[in-house]
Amino acid sequence: MTALVPLPVVIPLLGAAVTLMLTRFPRAQRIVSLVALTAVLGVCVALLVVVCTDGPQVVAVGAWPVPIGIVLVADHFSALMLVVSAAVTLCVLVYSVGQGLADGSEDTPLSIYHPSYLVLTAGVTTAFLSGDLFNLYVGFEILLVASYVLITVGGTEDRIRAGTTYVIVSLLSSVLFLTGIGLVYAAAGTLNLAQLAGRLDALPDGLRLMLNCVLLLAFGIKAAVFPLSAWLPDSYPTALAPVTAVFAGLLTKVGLYAIIRVETLLFPGGPTRDLLLVLALLTMLVGILGAIAQSDVKRLLSFTLVSHIGYMLFGIGLANELGVSSAIFYVVHHITIQTTLFLVVGLVERYGGATALDRLGGLAALSPLLAVLFFVPAMNLAGIPPFSGFLGKLGLIEAGAAVGGGLRWALVAGALATSLLTLYAVARVWNLAFWRKPVTMRAAAGPLDAPALPRLMVGSTIALVVLGIALTGIAGPLFDLTGDAAADLLERAPYVDAVRGEGVR
Amino acid sequence: MSPNLTYVAVVGVLFAAGVILLLERSLTRVLMGVVLLANGVNVLILAGGRYGGPPIVGTTPEGEMSDPLPQAMILTAIVITLGLTAFLLALAYRSWRLVGHDEVQDDIEDRRIVELAERDAGLEVEDVEDDDEGTS
Repeated sequence: MTALVPLPVVIPLLGAAVTLMLTRFPRAQRIVSLVALTAVLGVCVALLVVVCTDGPQVVAVGAWPVPIGIVLVADHFSALMLVVSAAVTLCVLVYSVGQGLADGSEDTPLSIYHPSYLVLTAGVTTAFLSGDLFNLYVGFEILLVASYVLITVGGTEDRIRAGTTYVIVSLLSSVLFLTGIGLVYAAAGTLNLAQLAGRLDALPDGLRLMLNCVLLLAFGIKAAVFPLSAWLPDSYPTALAPVTAVFAGLLTKVGLYAIIRVETLLFPGGPTRDLLLVLALLTMLVGILGAIAQSDVKRLLSFTLVSHIGYMLFGIGLANELGVSSAIFYVVHHITIQTTLFLVVGLVERYGGATALDRLGGLAALSPLLAVLFFVPAMNLAGIPPFSGFLGKLGLIEAGAAVGGGLRWALVAGALATSLLTLYAVARVWNLAFWRKPVTMRAAAGPLDAPALPRLMVGSTIALVVLGIALTGIAGPLFDLTGDAAADLLERAPYVDAVRGEGVR
Repeated sequence: MSPNLTYVAVVGVLFAAGVILLLERSLTRVLMGVVLLANGVNVLILAGGRYGGPPIVGTTPEGEMSDPLPQAMILTAIVITLGLTAFLLALAYRSWRLVGHDEVQDDIEDRRIVELAERDAGLEVEDVEDDDEGTS
């Protein structure tokens, strides 16, 4: 069943080529991208099932033997990330199609939107599947180049300003990543992750620490870890609503994916673990305090995004099975929820004509559906008990308490405080935008009726909200799955053996 | 194998110049900085591999071949840098068309929030002063 492995990369790239040829036929473009991403979702689900029954799947691209050629590897962790990202990208695509249809393609005007979006998807899947450090870099570049186009799409003044920051920071992180690759190759003579796992162990401690830090620095910028996170709230909010949503959901998580891979497979048990814990604490607290100061919903959500990256780092820094397992669970939860919230804010912007909190009001009375759509994921993000956000945080706190020690307890306290402050931040949005009297907004909007919300946009948002709630329902099996993934990651042998086995053949 | 000192020095100079240019405000200079940095990295990768004759079977004995992998990686990196340079140039041009310069600008919303905070702080100070007047 290894034939499935390259498909999540190939299908979107083919789709991008076809949509690029169909630039004159918007309807055909939409159909092609929807079909392509639906197919990707199907393949990813099938891949997850295969990985769960038969173990990691490895494909040597172009039939080159393993240490020479590029390998694509799908283990539990990759397959799970693929399924979640495919589901989210499909929902966001449906949302943007709905937006394009409703606006007569004024706001998403360019025929370049669909090809870029598909290339972005291909980049994300490449990053998740690559079993080689350089191929990981190529995956990052594919998704970044597509994201440069998407964030500046339309070329308005705001987007150029925000896009400039984003492009320069991303370029810097790419340069750092490439430097790391050069150094790793010079030190170990290979870039194949499975081979590196063995060879890096033999290097002197100081050299390993240096390599580890260069790679962490590069991925830390991508994942928006605290001292390196200032670019994110500046650049995300100005883009189109679906673009912001998919960036918020996926791009930082690709950085986190890389951090998890590097920390577990290449440099297990290194001294960077405590560093990660300290950074996790700072990311959580500084991020959420930033969120509280904001007066614009999109920026507020961008800051909560930064803040909650800290939770996942917390799990990675603990480096025990429960910690990593909860971190992976939290990644799955956070991809879904953060994307949903940005999509809802897109709907709010459309309905109320603004995202600034001082210009919104009374949405709960005007549109109860919108209120429910915001309320559920917002509570989920804050970690209110029945929802998956609570389960993820509970797992992390349990893992932290199990290890013990001053730093871990500080993190447990920090995680609880961040959860409460997140509740405060989203409650503030709820009070100002949804709950207070609608006078201000109606006056600003004039006597016109608020526009009807397109069905596809609402439908795809509902689908994601339901997916977020469903995470609670399937939390048991999902935790089993993330537990397996974490066990495989920490043991290293399943991954390494799978790739080596391919080499013997 | 010991690294070639010339390579190391070149990498150092390119990185230093690139970082300085990256700190500038003008997008064109930033672009030059990125190009220098990217070239520095390319030389760094080249320095990490074994040097020798062309890695083609028949022309060079196997033991004296240079390592072809860094060269392949550099080629990929050069292509990526080329694309990004074109994109950044377009961005700088668009910025110049829209606002008449290509300087990287501050975030407006950030400034607004700082102003809000300063105003809040200012109000509190005034309140305190008012109270002082009231009591005295």
